[in-house]
Amino acid sequence: MFYHALQIEEGRCIGCSRCMKICPTEAIRIFGGKAEIQEHRCIDCGKCYEVCPSQAISIKDDDFEAIHRYSHSVALLPAVFMGQFPDDISVSRVYASLQELGFAHVMEVESAAMIYKDAKEKYAREHPDVRPFISSFCPAIVRLIQIKYPSLTENILPIKVPLDISAMYALEELQSRGIPREEIGLFYITPCAAKVSAVKAPVGEEKSLIDGVINMNLLYNRVYKHIKDMGKNHQYKPLTRQRLSADAVLSTLTNGERRICTAKRSYSIDGIENVMDFLDKLENDEVEGVEFLELRACDQSCAGALLSVDNRFLCGERMYARARKAAERERNGEMARDREMEKYRDYLIEHSLVDEVEPRSMMVLDENIAKALEKMEKIEKMKVHLPQIDCGVCGAPTCEAFATDVVCGRADLHRCVFYRLHLEQEGKMTLNEGRSNMYSVWGDDRISGEIEV
Amino acid sequence: MHQEYTVIEGDFVNAGKASSSVKKTLKQLNVNPQVVKRVVVALYEAEVNAIAHAYGGKVLVDIDADKIKMVVADKGPGIPDIAWAMEEGHSTARPEVRDMGFGAGMGLPNMQKNVDKLNVTSEVGVGTTVEMEVNFNA
Repeated sequence: MFYHALQIEEGRCIGCSRCMKICPTEAIRIFGGKAEIQEHRCIDCGKCYEVCPSQAISIKDDDFEAIHRYSHSVALLPAVFMGQFPDDISVSRVYASLQELGFAHVMEVESAAMIYKDAKEKYAREHPDVRPFISSFCPAIVRLIQIKYPSLTENILPIKVPLDISAMYALEELQSRGIPREEIGLFYITPCAAKVSAVKAPVGEEKSLIDGVINMNLLYNRVYKHIKDMGKNHQYKPLTRQRLSADAVLSTLTNGERRICTAKRSYSIDGIENVMDFLDKLENDEVEGVEFLELRACDQSCAGALLSVDNRFLCGERMYARARKAAERERNGEMARDREMEKYRDYLIEHSLVDEVEPRSMMVLDENIAKALEKMEKIEKMKVHLPQIDCGVCGAPTCEAFATDVVCGRADLHRCVFYRLHLEQEGKMTLNEGRSNMYSVWGDDRISGEIEV
Repeated sequence: MHQEYTVIEGDFVNAGKASSSVKKTLKQLNVNPQVVKRVVVALYEAEVNAIAHAYGGKVLVDIDADKIKMVVADKGPGIPDIAWAMEEGHSTARPEVRDMGFGAGMGLPNMQKNVDKLNVTSEVGVGTTVEMEVNFNA
């Protein structure tokens, strides 16, 4: 039904329920001793991935070897990839290593950051009645708004993100040199799960131009090993590479879009809980006069992305160091903008518009209001009898989520341990029946023998 | 479905609790997002009015399959001339409340703009009752 890139490997899942408790959209349940993701609620933010103690949660990605199927494979890198490497490994060396590993071309997607900015501002000028505009940059945020804040979908800028714009550019550029499409393979190196979904199931578009998505952790290991294996004296092939401007380097970090936007009042919010707090207020019209919102699911934005190898602050500082160097060069007049991409500026801006984002609320109890009302009343009645301590023993994150699951036919009321005790006491349920209910949620190997204290 | 909320005078910290809760309910009922927005804006306005200008009160909400009815009944001071207060920019707010940024005279007109039916009754010294209705199928 709905694509999501996070998946639970049953064999590894120990049913500990950490993921269920942290999921900001209450998308996870435990059943049969394993965690399950409700796909219509998952926004691929990756909170579950971070807390899983048994590496049971993985991100659907493509095989690295697929790059060899194309004579012109292109590595589309997020700038945070460079922020992963220790200071003694230069950006040039990473670029050169990627070419030695088999990519014919390497480019950082943030080279399209300024074109993205201009496309957003053009759209904002042409639509003076819609405010505030919400950046389309973070795909987890786009999905969060679709499922939880449906009235705000019309505020999301229907503009392709730098990743897609740079893919458009790479394709145009290579094809203009006479290279046929089938020989070009566009590979995005993803720092998170949400970007995988953005490529595999884009919002506002039929299909992405990207041919494959490679896990940033995997590529980091390959590049790092290559550099170590080659040693200090290795002569890397000389290459001309684009140089990102300071603005472009910083664009993926918190405040990166906000600091260069022309809106009069704007906010930059990172961390999904902070974003939800703010959107609750915005939805009630409690925030006045705001024109632009940069919202990012991860704390410290992409420096804190799921597949960031290093600590988010270390990665962020490396990016700032790079931006400072770029700014210094800019001040000395050394660095011009990326002239190659500039040639395509008008074309890229014109083609960066996508369809408006459609809501797909996860909260709806029933398509029919009368039936939904009926269900809601049942839920309210049931809640009074539930313990309201959100213990999670039923396999749902909260008593309210459990009551909703029961009324919508997704769970059995007997999964509540407090209710079972009540029934057992009343003689309406045997101990064996109670136990088999416990097993149905947590598996049959949780209760061991007596514990000596 | 019936819901009730209590609004306490001067409790700006909790302004919007009723409208937020109603918002969640309407979202679960699959009410059109733009209709939900109108309900929430109008109710929030009425809620703040009861907190800022009156001595607190009650919010009563009734939802059926076609519409939502909201009644915000506050305790005193009442509005002497309702027709006058319905005009944009007209306000009966006390000076100390105006100092807090309220009392621009946009409350009632803003409610009127967002609901399908609005009825305001008031008795000076007793209180004001704002009744609002929004139809789900525009």
